[in-house]
Parts: sequence; C-alpha cells; structure tokens
Amino acid sequence: MAAKTLTIDGKEVSAAEGATILEAASDAGITLPTLCHLEGVYDVGACRMCLVEIAGTPKLLPACTTQVSEGMNVTTTSERLQQYRKMILELLFAERNHVCAVCVANGHCELQTLAYRQGMDHVRYDYCFPKWDVDITHPLYGMDHNRCILCTRCVRVCWHIEGAGTKNVAGRGAKAQIITDLFQPWGESDTCTNCGKCVMSCPTGALFYRGATVGEMERDRSKLEFIVTAREKKQWIP
Amino acid sequence: MDTLRVATVWLGGCSGCHMSFLDLDEFLLELAQKVELVFSPIVDVKEYPENVDLVLIEGAVCNEDHLEMVHKIRRRTKAIVAFGDCAVTGNVTAIRNQLGRGNAASVLQRAYLECADLNPQIPKEPGIVPPLLERVMPVHEVVHVDYYLPGCPPPADRIKALLEQVLAGAEPKLAGKDIKFG
Ligand code: SF4
Ligand code: SF4
Ligand code: FES
Repeated sequence: MAAKTLTIDGKEVSAAEGATILEAASDAGITLPTLCHLEGVYDVGACRMCLVEIAGTPKLLPACTTQVSEGMNVTTTSERLQQYRKMILELLFAERNHVCAVCVANGHCELQTLAYRQGMDHVRYDYCFPKWDVDITHPLYGMDHNRCILCTRCVRVCWHIEGAGTKNVAGRGAKAQIITDLFQPWGESDTCTNCGKCVMSCPTGALFYRGATVGEMERDRSKLEFIVTAREKKQWIP
Repeated sequence: MDTLRVATVWLGGCSGCHMSFLDLDEFLLELAQKVELVFSPIVDVKEYPENVDLVLIEGAVCNEDHLEMVHKIRRRTKAIVAFGDCAVTGNVTAIRNQLGRGNAASVLQRAYLECADLNPQIPKEPGIVPPLLERVMPVHEVVHVDYYLPGCPPPADRIKALLEQVLAGAEPKLAGKDIKFG
C-alpha cells in the first residue's frame, strides 16, 4: 500500500493509504478526544468529538472517519475546536438525564472524564429532562436509556464482534434509541447470547451489569481486545 | 484590602456541600481570619445582608423561597459560586423534572401520602412551608452565576482550591478533576 505524507499539528507524519487521521495521529503520539470510536470495530463518526481542522476545507471533519491524503495539513487543537467539543459535550448532558452522583459509572465514565478534561464546569443549555425507561428484563445486564449517548458502540460490537445482531437503533433525532431485536424487552430477546460485549463497550453508565451500584461499574475491555487481536493477528494471544 | 464579606446559602440540597465545607478543618481557622462570614446556615443571621462579596450557593432552585432568595442574593452579591452539583446541574433534586408537568404534586403524594406510616398528609402552612416550583432549576438558569464548583459534594480540597484563588485576588478557575461531576 502506498504511504501518504501529511502534517498533523505541524508534525510531518506518514501513514498508510486508507488510514484515518485518527490512526495517523495516534501513531504520531497525538491523542484526540473520542467517544464513539472503539478500537477493533469500524468507525461511524457519530459523536463528533474528534473533529479536526483541515487546511483548505471550511468544514470540520471527524478524524475517525476521514482518510489521510497526500499533503493534508491537519490541526487537532485550536480555540474553535475546543469550543465545539465543549458544546457537543454540553448538548449530550442536556439531552438525557445524567445524574453522575447516583450513576453506576461515576468515576469510570468516558463521558464524565471527557467533560472535565475539556473544561466543562456547567451546561449552558437548558436540560431537556426527558422521560426514559430502564430495561432490567435481562437476568444479567441492564440498559438505562437516561445515560445513553447513542454512540452505537454496543450495536457495532454486537453485530461485528459477537455476530448476534441483537442491538439496533430505532427512531430519529431526540427520539432515537437503542433497542433489542425488533423493540422487545432485552430479557425476551431470542438472539442475545448473553456475552456481555455491549456492556464492556459502553462508554457511559447506560449499559451495566445488574447488581452494580453507584460508582461500581468498572469495565473490563480485555475480552474485546483479546478478540480484536485474534482477528487482526490471526492468533489467540491472551 | 478590606476583609472579604462571604456568605454561604443552603437551597435545595442535602447539606452535603456544607458538610464538605466544614471538612476544610484547620483551613477554616485561616479563613476566619481573612474573611467575614456574614450569612450562612452556621451563622445566626436571619436576613441575607447587603454588599456581600462572594457567596457559595448549595442546592438547586426548588421552591418559591429559593426563587425569591436567589434573586435577592444576585442583587446583593458581587460574585456567585454555584456550589456543588445540585446548584450546578439540578442533580438528584431535579430528577422529579423527568415526571413532566404535575411532578410537584406527584412527588408530594408519593412522599407524604403513599409512603407515610402515620398521619398521611401533605404539609401545608401558607407563609411557612414554601410551595414547590413546577420545575427544579440549576442556579444559573435563574440568575447569572460567576463561578462553578461542581461535585457531589465538592471535596474539601476542591473548595479550598477555589477559596485560595479568591483570597489571592485571582479570578477563580478550576480545571481537570476539580470540575468532575458526581
Ligand atoms: S453516564 Fe457518565 S456522565 Fe452520565 S451520569 Fe453516569 S457518570 Fe455521569
Ligand atoms: S448504550 Fe452505551 S454503547 Fe450503546 S449507544 Fe448508548 S452509550 Fe453507546
Ligand atoms: S470518535 Fe470520531 S466522531 Fe466519535
């Protein structure tokens, strides 16, 4: 594969053709804030946290779904990008009900961590306070729609790592939600294999192991990494 | 420099933020020499005074007394700090907003009628028990807030960090883990 040469934050880097800006940046030791990106499953560009500036393009583009090209000049940190990232986080908090103090993921939540890293000390928009349910029909896991940011990580691991295809997205806009099968209670799903990969993948407190209480929901991603390594290296390396 | 006139106020919160304030331990002694605590749940002053330099407001705006109080505070205070998650986000106190219109009536019914073992009745004493607002609001939804001190409760060292910046005459600015919710 041909290599492409580009500039990221003033640094000359080279990346394989077809690589994303996110991959090229990470190889060059530049970390970008991400939420919907999960190592091992394909990217969808759902959260827009990884937006970057590309010289000559007026639009901001997500680093996780934009491929590198020859001579590209990328900026990953600027006042404008900071503002947008903070705004996106505030909108995520305003859209559903995030009460960190009583959340299973408190202290282990990627949304919460990003919020303080990006300097979000309050939310400027009015909270929507929508009414959402918690599905605890599954014997092992629960789904709290109040905490879901619709990153679709759970859907992607369910379809493309487990191959079960249980998790899906239904509805549009503010009414969009994660469903199981054809909108059944999770506990009644015929396709769910009880593997728990969706729970491992979730960045927030939306998917949890039943029995976990406030702040207890620590995720073990090693199982996902194990499978991803096996797929990429064709070897089972624990 | 004149002594800083500081107040702390307890609105719709569990008093945990004030407990955390008391957790400042020996820093309280230092603070007592540098500021004048002009109004607080731990000071016996009934009326919120004029010319307050800095106030820490714990709790969300949940009832009519709170609403009146925050407006009074804004008129009489130079800088407002939203103190703790309830003041900053509404937090647990605002969960009732999810029940939509009529949530005030349904939470009262649940708490004082359905869950009561003895004498089920909704407390009602005009002029004494303030009516609940239809919607719980974080402080900045009602009046302008100058600084934010999140946390449920904000740990004592976080409160100290902010107060030290104020005492040093700087614009308080917390960052990183010091602005973590929850
Ligand atoms: S999911 Fe994360 S941000 Fe949302 S309430 Fe839980 S800890 Fe807070
Ligand atoms: S449940 Fe979790 S993983 Fe699935 S879309 Fe919501 S936040 Fe993302
Ligand atoms: S990580 Fe790139 S859009 Fe979510």
